[in-house]
Amino acid sequence: MTMLSYLANPLRFMRFSRWAVPISFALGTLMIGWSLYNGLLVVPPDEKQGGDLMRAMFTHVPSAWLCMGLYAALAVASFVWYIWRHELADVAARAIAPIGAGYTALCFITGSIWGQKGWGAGWHNLILGDSRLMSVLVLFFLFLGYMALRAALETRQKAARAAAILAMVGMVNVPIIKVSVDMWQTTTIHQPSSVISIGNPAPAEERTGMDPIYLQQLLWGFGGHSLLAAAMIMMLMRAEVYSQQSERALALKLEAA
Amino acid sequence: MSPAPLASAFRSSLSEAWAGGAGLLLPLGFFAGTATMVPFTLGSEAELLSRVGPGILWLALALSSMVTLERVFQADLQDGALDLWLQDTGSISLIAAIKTITHWLVSGFPLVLLSPLIGYMLGVPFEKMLPAMLGYAMGGLVFFLWGGVAAALSASVSRAGLLIALIALPLYVPALIFGVQMIETGLEGPNFLFLAACSLFALGVAPAAMGAALRLAAE
Repeated sequence: MTMLSYLANPLRFMRFSRWAVPISFALGTLMIGWSLYNGLLVVPPDEKQGGDLMRAMFTHVPSAWLCMGLYAALAVASFVWYIWRHELADVAARAIAPIGAGYTALCFITGSIWGQKGWGAGWHNLILGDSRLMSVLVLFFLFLGYMALRAALETRQKAARAAAILAMVGMVNVPIIKVSVDMWQTTTIHQPSSVISIGNPAPAEERTGMDPIYLQQLLWGFGGHSLLAAAMIMMLMRAEVYSQQSERALALKLEAA
Repeated sequence: MSPAPLASAFRSSLSEAWAGGAGLLLPLGFFAGTATMVPFTLGSEAELLSRVGPGILWLALALSSMVTLERVFQADLQDGALDLWLQDTGSISLIAAIKTITHWLVSGFPLVLLSPLIGYMLGVPFEKMLPAMLGYAMGGLVFFLWGGVAAALSASVSRAGLLIALIALPLYVPALIFGVQMIETGLEGPNFLFLAACSLFALGVAPAAMGAALRLAAE
């Protein structure tokens, strides 16, 4: 939190992100590369999880976590902007939307590739027939609606306010959408969350906890994708700050001339 | 605050619906037309139609709720009524709620009354139709409230129809799911209660969002 309020100053943000963008970009790419190398080539395939197709997991699970986290971040940034009118929060919200939409797309694409064999259904069936991928798809449309509304309103201030209201309305609806989609397809073919099972009271042979060699690659992937997403968001934010500054610089120049 | 602005909002949206000839009949025609297209797309087997019929009616209701949403607040913005309401000491959210509920009354409720006829055409059993009608009434209210938020947000956008649809459709999902499941379970089971909860939640939250959006649109 202190970190956030420290960076809330645009000047400090620009100074920080000048270094943070390339560093987190490089680190994120390295970590994703490491997890993909190990995940695709080194670790043995898990026959119970669809053989070689389970290797999609190392992208699927991180992007599933990230797309929900990014929607929450969008709503928080919108809230901060709406209450305190902090310009950088709006710049952040604007930058988060396309990245979040990209990760939702990545999540349901990799999910449908992974499930292709494991669940024994055509891949078109997997998105539309599974409740968890379906709620990600709805999230994708929430992101799209947000971006479309921003693009449609003429002034920046108006677009920011309307989009912030929409993001907050969306956020209060997300849990309801999630519950309703889960009730729609009670016999989901999707496996339950199985990454964290510490303190799981189930007997050892039923425990669904993940083998450490997979978990390790998964966490590398999650760390890498988080850093990459952060780098891309900061990059978009920097571009936005620059484009706002350039208008001001142009106006000053015209005045001087 | 005096109830006068609320009453005038109610009256003006009622008369707007009746005025201009086919205003009220448009959603009805769209609703009936969409449902009538179904045999052409899915085939006319009686067994299939009676199975998918109630769900098709839900889809037609969701789509036809959007036909008129574009005009709900845009007209008030253009003729200056919105500015007058904002100058009043009363709450713009309350006026937005009244307007949306009136809108539901004139272009959502008639669809509920028409649904048994179309249900009969599609061969939906009558005992399923009565609880389904209650569902259409509550679900329609949810659609119009969340759709009203989308309409208020894009009130200053010209030709906002498709934008409203894109914004509102994800918010329709819960009511749609509970409503369709309610056709199977009737008034028993959690689906009816969840649908009722959805409409109460929308009644509580959507007017505040509409108020904020309208204040923005009037600037």
